[in-house]
Amino acid sequence: MIEIKGLTKRFGKKPVVEDVSVTIEPGTITSFIGPNGAGKSTLLSMVSRLLDADTGEVLLDKGNVKKWKSSEFAKRVSILKQANFINVRLTVRELVAFGRYPYSKGRLSTEDEKFVDQALGYMNLIEMQDKLLDELSGGQKQRAFIAMVIAQDTDYVLLDEPLNNLDMKHSVQIMKILRKLVDDLGKTVVIVLHDINFASVYSDRIVALKNGRLVKNGPTNEIINSDALREIYDMEIPIQEQNGCRICVYFNSHA
Amino acid sequence: MRLWMLMIAAVVLSFISLFIGAIDIRISDLFDWESDKTQIFLISRVPRLMAIILAGAGMSIAGLIMQSLSRNKFVSPTTAGTLDAAKLGILISMLFFTNVTYTQQVIFSFAFALAGTFVFMQILDRIKFKDVIFVPLIGIMYGNILSSITTFFAYEGDLLQNISSWLMGSFTLIIAGRYELLYISIPAIILAYIYANKFTVAGMGEDFAKNLGMSYKVVLNIGLILVAIISTTVVLTVGVIPFLGLIVPNIVSLYLGDNLRKTIPHTAVLGVVFLLICDIIGRVIIHPYEIPVNVTVAVIGSAIFLIMLFRGRAYAKK
Repeated sequence: MIEIKGLTKRFGKKPVVEDVSVTIEPGTITSFIGPNGAGKSTLLSMVSRLLDADTGEVLLDKGNVKKWKSSEFAKRVSILKQANFINVRLTVRELVAFGRYPYSKGRLSTEDEKFVDQALGYMNLIEMQDKLLDELSGGQKQRAFIAMVIAQDTDYVLLDEPLNNLDMKHSVQIMKILRKLVDDLGKTVVIVLHDINFASVYSDRIVALKNGRLVKNGPTNEIINSDALREIYDMEIPIQEQNGCRICVYFNSHA
Repeated sequence: MRLWMLMIAAVVLSFISLFIGAIDIRISDLFDWESDKTQIFLISRVPRLMAIILAGAGMSIAGLIMQSLSRNKFVSPTTAGTLDAAKLGILISMLFFTNVTYTQQVIFSFAFALAGTFVFMQILDRIKFKDVIFVPLIGIMYGNILSSITTFFAYEGDLLQNISSWLMGSFTLIIAGRYELLYISIPAIILAYIYANKFTVAGMGEDFAKNLGMSYKVVLNIGLILVAIISTTVVLTVGVIPFLGLIVPNIVSLYLGDNLRKTIPHTAVLGVVFLLICDIIGRVIIHPYEIPVNVTVAVIGSAIFLIMLFRGRAYAKK
């Protein structure tokens, strides 16, 4: 279990995340939503130790994440930031194999190879495993990076806006795979999302931030309603039900 | 390209390198252990070959490490101030100690090369505009500033001639007893290979490395230390060889990608082949005289570099 307790981060004098406490339920998809500059990515970075918090703490299995050994932490929690700018010429397979680094330190055992094969299969990348990353489209590249995180085989998978620059088809594909990771493999996924409808349709829980503060935290159906959304986005957002999914129709809303 | 092809090329070129020069030596001459020709062979030709091999492999790998760690295809010891800082270090050691020993020179030049490269990486960390061409331009300007400081103090201390000998990369003066420092780069090269995976991961950025449980700063510093060791040994024995650390790793990256585990052996051998070709050309073109190797490397290297710039901008940017 990951517990976030009273986390605060300032850049200069400006607080970006202020006194946020959230518990991430294991075996769920939790989406971080909120307007631009709400502190979603900063919060995710602190949970994954990429950033140090000013005050407060993050606990993984009751232990402060700062006290975890790097190599052990990397076997429990993985984080994927927006990766499209990475310009390294590796093949897809080489990249995915680096996901095994915390276990193998670069020398892949047959078991590591098995994990790599599985991850490639999971993301439908077997056929293009020998292609270089810079020959891939944005969606394929994103899938390759997610495959790497799958090969890392952590209980917690943290993703910072993985749908950025992806078209509808690939976005749906990736969200379905994340759903499978949770439902079939028992992983816990925490994801920063911009598109509120993806959050509504695919996540179990939603954490809403605004100006660095936590405004809502609960099961998806408690957050996706016009009252709660007004508080988060300062917008009037009607909800329509479609095959059991709640869709937020915000396109022609008056603020 | 296969590694064994490069190896064969390196062996053939080494053989040619051993048997050309002002004095005509044949294999049959070597059977007479006492002859002058055998002595020349052992005192001059063999050390020269060893120096070319170590400098060629070393500078290419140093360039590869820097390109990986700085995440820029056009950064190398020549375009990041490393070599200029090493020269400044030698000068300072000469100004400080009236009877400077070789060891003192080595230590000063290593410390300066390390600090100089480190400062460049800090600058790189701070600038927002990380264009592939812009970054090495900053490095070259930075190197020129260091270089002009060197020139100024050298002028004041009447050491200009002394300093300019390090400006010029040449194997002409390599004889037994004057190049052994280069052997220090062998453990550095082996370490580079052991750390290859870590450099590759670090080359994908700090966040990426941290996610995999790697301490980014440690790997970065080890990389910079290896680069400084290699650069220092080469500058102090052979002199500055431009372009080598720039074009060799890039050619390998074009056909083999950026996984350092795979590319380090190719980069090392291709570096040797390239430097051997340049040295042999320099030795035959006005035989029995010689053109220093930095001239031939600069002419051939700048041509290749220009082609890379025009054709490769798209590749480096991707």
